[in-house]
Amino acid sequence: MATIKIRAKAKDGVTTVKTLISHPMDSGLRKNSKTGKLIPAHYVTEVTAEHNGNPVMSANWAGGVSKNPYLSFKFKGGAAGDTLKISWVDNKGESDSAEAKIK
Amino acid sequence: MNLIRRKFVKSTAFLSVGAALVGSGVLIPQRALGAYAADAFAARDIDGALNASLGSSDYSPSDAIKLKAPDIAENGAVVPVTVSSSMANVDAISIIATSNPGPLTSTYQLSSVSEPYVSTRIKMAKTGDVIAVIKADGKLYSATKEVKVTIGGCGG
Repeated sequence: MATIKIRAKAKDGVTTVKTLISHPMDSGLRKNSKTGKLIPAHYVTEVTAEHNGNPVMSANWAGGVSKNPYLSFKFKGGAAGDTLKISWVDNKGESDSAEAKIK
Repeated sequence: MNLIRRKFVKSTAFLSVGAALVGSGVLIPQRALGAYAADAFAARDIDGALNASLGSSDYSPSDAIKLKAPDIAENGAVVPVTVSSSMANVDAISIIATSNPGPLTSTYQLSSVSEPYVSTRIKMAKTGDVIAVIKADGKLYSATKEVKVTIGGCGG
């Protein structure tokens, strides 16, 4: 299942990337309202972005980032048709990655 | 007897040179792009979180950082935050919510092609300051904004 949505747009030599990841981002501090038990921590720890195979940005996250996280960032260079790859890893070792073409 | 003493002097001399190099910043262990600092998120105070994520807790306010966050967040579970800056050589950006159980929400390691800009959504337990800390040329700069939270987004 694809968990990553990517929009990347190049304008005036700067590429703006917007991405949405589907993830519960449970901090481990919240309780289940019915059972009163803590919901175990389950959050994305690392998001990395690669432009044509070169790393451009990496984000370190924990339970303080909202559920289904949104992330936007910019980098110099990048042209229409280039490949942008976003990958994430969470604290349970699950991971996913997706590629998109820059528009 | 003398031989042992020589060895001892030699090894301590070597150690102190090593320590001096680290202290003077020549041999600061460089964190690779993307290395995850779990201890930074486990830290319960701002200084500890900054030391573990950016290598220092000594930051000064700067007008060159723009921190965009709402004055009032109705839902603390989703607080949009945007950090941008006119500074050059920005290595990393950390976003801190002072009232959260663990104040560090996220750290972004930038590369040489990155623009100093990130936008994301964070959780806030209750009303407090959001601090954006930027590491540029090895120094830390900050911008602070108070966000009033109507419904907290961490406990419950």
